[in-house]
Amino acid sequence: MRFKPQFLAVALAAAFSAPAFGQGTLVKIDGSSTVYPVTEAVAEEFQKAEKNAIKVTVGISGTGGGFKKFCRGETDISGASRPILKSEMEQCAKEGITYYELPVAFDALTVVVNPKNTFLDKGITVEQLKRMWEPSAQGKITKWNQIDPSWPDAPIKLFGAGADSGTFDYFTEAIVGKSKSSRGDFTASEDDNVLVQGVQRDANAIGYFGYAYYAENQGKLKAVPIIEKAGKPGVSPSMNTVLDGSYQPLARPIFIYVNAKSLDRPEVKKFVEYYMTHGSKLAREVKYVPLPDKAYVMNKEHLAKGKKGTVFGGVAEVGVKIDDLLAREAKL
Amino acid sequence: MAANAPESTSATAPAVRGTTGDIRRLIARAKRWDVIFIVLGILALGVGFLTFLALFLDMLIDGWERLRPEFFTQFPSRRASQAGILSAWVGTTLVMIVTAVVAVPLGVAAGIYLEEYAPKNWVTDVIEINITNLAGVPSIVYGLLALGLFVYAFGLGQSVQTAGLTLALLILPIVIVSTREAIRAIPAMIREGAYAVGATRWQTVKDHILPYSMPGILTGVIIGLSRAIGETAPIITIGALTFIAFLPPSPVTADFPFLSFEWLRAPFTVMPIQMFNWTSRPDEAFHANAAAAGAILVFMTLTMNGLAIWLRYRLRKNIKW
Repeated sequence: MRFKPQFLAVALAAAFSAPAFGQGTLVKIDGSSTVYPVTEAVAEEFQKAEKNAIKVTVGISGTGGGFKKFCRGETDISGASRPILKSEMEQCAKEGITYYELPVAFDALTVVVNPKNTFLDKGITVEQLKRMWEPSAQGKITKWNQIDPSWPDAPIKLFGAGADSGTFDYFTEAIVGKSKSSRGDFTASEDDNVLVQGVQRDANAIGYFGYAYYAENQGKLKAVPIIEKAGKPGVSPSMNTVLDGSYQPLARPIFIYVNAKSLDRPEVKKFVEYYMTHGSKLAREVKYVPLPDKAYVMNKEHLAKGKKGTVFGGVAEVGVKIDDLLAREAKL
Repeated sequence: MAANAPESTSATAPAVRGTTGDIRRLIARAKRWDVIFIVLGILALGVGFLTFLALFLDMLIDGWERLRPEFFTQFPSRRASQAGILSAWVGTTLVMIVTAVVAVPLGVAAGIYLEEYAPKNWVTDVIEINITNLAGVPSIVYGLLALGLFVYAFGLGQSVQTAGLTLALLILPIVIVSTREAIRAIPAMIREGAYAVGATRWQTVKDHILPYSMPGILTGVIIGLSRAIGETAPIITIGALTFIAFLPPSPVTADFPFLSFEWLRAPFTVMPIQMFNWTSRPDEAFHANAAAAGAILVFMTLTMNGLAIWLRYRLRKNIKW
């Protein structure tokens, strides 16, 4: 066993050379990958502001995976790209976990096409998107002119979110009318960069993903204006159209859920307060659409007044206005 | 027999009969296969080597901008230019230490037992088959096992120690199998010689089997650790974090007893997870970070391999049989 001392010496030297950090208090966050960029930015700035006295960890388990941990009491805060579901509410109730539901920003699902595509410049109606994406379109709707005769006789190449993502859930709910109901013969990826590249390379492609990925790739992709109902004008996704509620139905609020018991700990309270104060600026920085300023103020009020629970009652909803959402009664 | 030999040669090879030129041509034709095989061999080698080189160089070129000292001393950040791999490389190093400390003694001991002590019966056979099969189990399965066993049943938490133990389980079969291979390569006369002068089994193992098989065992350990260092699936399953901007507590403290094992319980992230997170970002500047982190991860693996080759060389020098 002569090699052992040498091996250990090398290994331990590496470990010992790691700079030392004092022990501090910890805020544990997990959940949706859609909410992650905002939470990460807040966590980064918060730790700087607190001079590393408070430590924050952020994981990505997805909205559902995050709620599983949250309802077992393993995390203090959970990011969610959709409201908490009934089954998750029951799980939390069983473990005696109560929580605050705080919307923190908007994400605008963006329908994108190749820059060479010109026939969609005026926009696409929700009805047309539905005919393109609904399950019965599988294998049947394969050419653009099948949806609108004025569109070219060329194959449609579809790119969309993977079936495990909240983005997929929301898009299908908003467009097809039923969550998770979609045709299966499209290029699906959990990695939005794969979708960006796919649409960028194919003149006949159409795809959807979160606004941040469009914002970072504006030169390579074109966003399609969405026409909510035939006759209405097409609305392109942007900070303004999302904020004034005209970009419908693909704009959605994203949330953080805060464990009420954790909120009694000063470090969690400080973090959530920091989130509500600086969240707007940081969300904008990571290319998300911030809520109107008064929404963050109302969130703080709700925390102060102890307005626990969800305002959705465990059901997914499309096209909720942020004012209505904040005014609703919450329940656990 | 000797009298028959020339006759049989001439009988089986009538075509050879003739000038020496014919024979030369025959030899040349036979040797052509050598040339063909050498070319094929070099091509086969080239596929592996060039693929590695292309991948490594591509990452190096893409990530070159970011390969600065700060990259190693900065925490993750939402700004690509300020993001670094400090928490990731420290996490990977600590997890690897736990993995090696757990897997090597267990694996080597199990290998020695199976080769030197275990009776040859069906129980041993079943164990052997199981170990070989374990080496082929997908790593995510180990992650699920670890989540149930280490994280929840044993309450070890989503920590460095859990990750280390999980990866140790993952590489255990590799260590066991390579230990056994190394022991089998030792000539039987060594063992017999030791027994002949009255050595016990343990003395034989301690003074002969283990030192002589060490180079082979080491190779297996490094192959195992090289696999473990790049694992993502089981580590994500047990709950490694994506954003973590602090380090585990230092193992050396100012107060008595000067050593602390608090770091075993610390939350962590590892290099492959950090890379994965950066590749899926919308901002392209992060992709350069991912490439740089990838190049460093490859470099870490190469360093481990280099260390193994050097140790093996040193150990082999001392072996005389």
